[in-house]
Amino acid sequence: MQSKQDAGKLPARMELGRRRQSGWLHYFANPGRFVRFARPVLPWLAAVSALLTVTGMVWGYVFAPADFQQGNAARIMYVHVPAAWVSMSGYATLALCSFFSLVWRHPLADIAAEEIGPVGAGFTFVCLVSGALWGRPTWGTYWVWDARLTSVLILFFLYLGHIALVRGFESRERGYRAGAILALAGVVNLPIIVFSVQWWNTLHQGNSISLSGSSIYPSMLYPLLVSTLGFYLSFVSLVLARMLAAIMERKTSSLLLANAEHDA
Amino acid sequence: MIQHLDPWTFINGAYAVSALFLAGASLLAWRRLRRASAHLTQAEGL
Repeated sequence: MQSKQDAGKLPARMELGRRRQSGWLHYFANPGRFVRFARPVLPWLAAVSALLTVTGMVWGYVFAPADFQQGNAARIMYVHVPAAWVSMSGYATLALCSFFSLVWRHPLADIAAEEIGPVGAGFTFVCLVSGALWGRPTWGTYWVWDARLTSVLILFFLYLGHIALVRGFESRERGYRAGAILALAGVVNLPIIVFSVQWWNTLHQGNSISLSGSSIYPSMLYPLLVSTLGFYLSFVSLVLARMLAAIMERKTSSLLLANAEHDA
Repeated sequence: MIQHLDPWTFINGAYAVSALFLAGASLLAWRRLRRASAHLTQAEGL
């Protein structure tokens, strides 16, 4: 049974934990601190991501062996799979930023969510097109209304919806709120994409890589991992660059407005 | 009749789409960042 003393201590401890968490979030969510961190990191990150992406793609296109069943068409895997993973992780990050935006009202979370949208939509588009191009020689068709393909198409529409909502209001704040709600509601689609190949009979093949291991031969797995790392770092570089630009654009607007008010 | 398709047409297409997207998105982001930086420097000088 809890004593009166303990009952008093628990909320105090929780309060301390909440303050620490809040302080940590505030520390990293400060736009000025973000610019000081991201500006020097971005050129190096962009260079490494370009190097890894090119290496992974060339490795997969030229040097990786052909699949014994699908032949050379399996080489599309080195761009399709990384694009698919990035599109899903990108959406999860977008939802996380939306959560921070709704709960803590961090301006940096709003900027991140706004800039992740178009980049994530681009990667999802690459995933859909490369998947269709893989499907034609392998399945004999570009598209089927299969659970995996349809759920990824829905992901693409969720990204487009978020882009439209965030930019569709006269008040920027209202756009961010609406976009955040859509992003959080759309999270339900992520487990559907991941488990669609297990829950339903799909034309799309099952997962070859999971947390417990991989069924892909190392000579095909390594280029896939390099390409995936390159795609992930490219995504981070693109989002960082767009976020930096967005912060600078806002600062410029504020300065010009302040100058105009001062002159008037 | 089974139609034989050359897979390289599709492989080239998938790689071209990926490369074009990555290059295009990087170029747009870099141009936007450069423009934003120039405008900010200009505004700070006012």
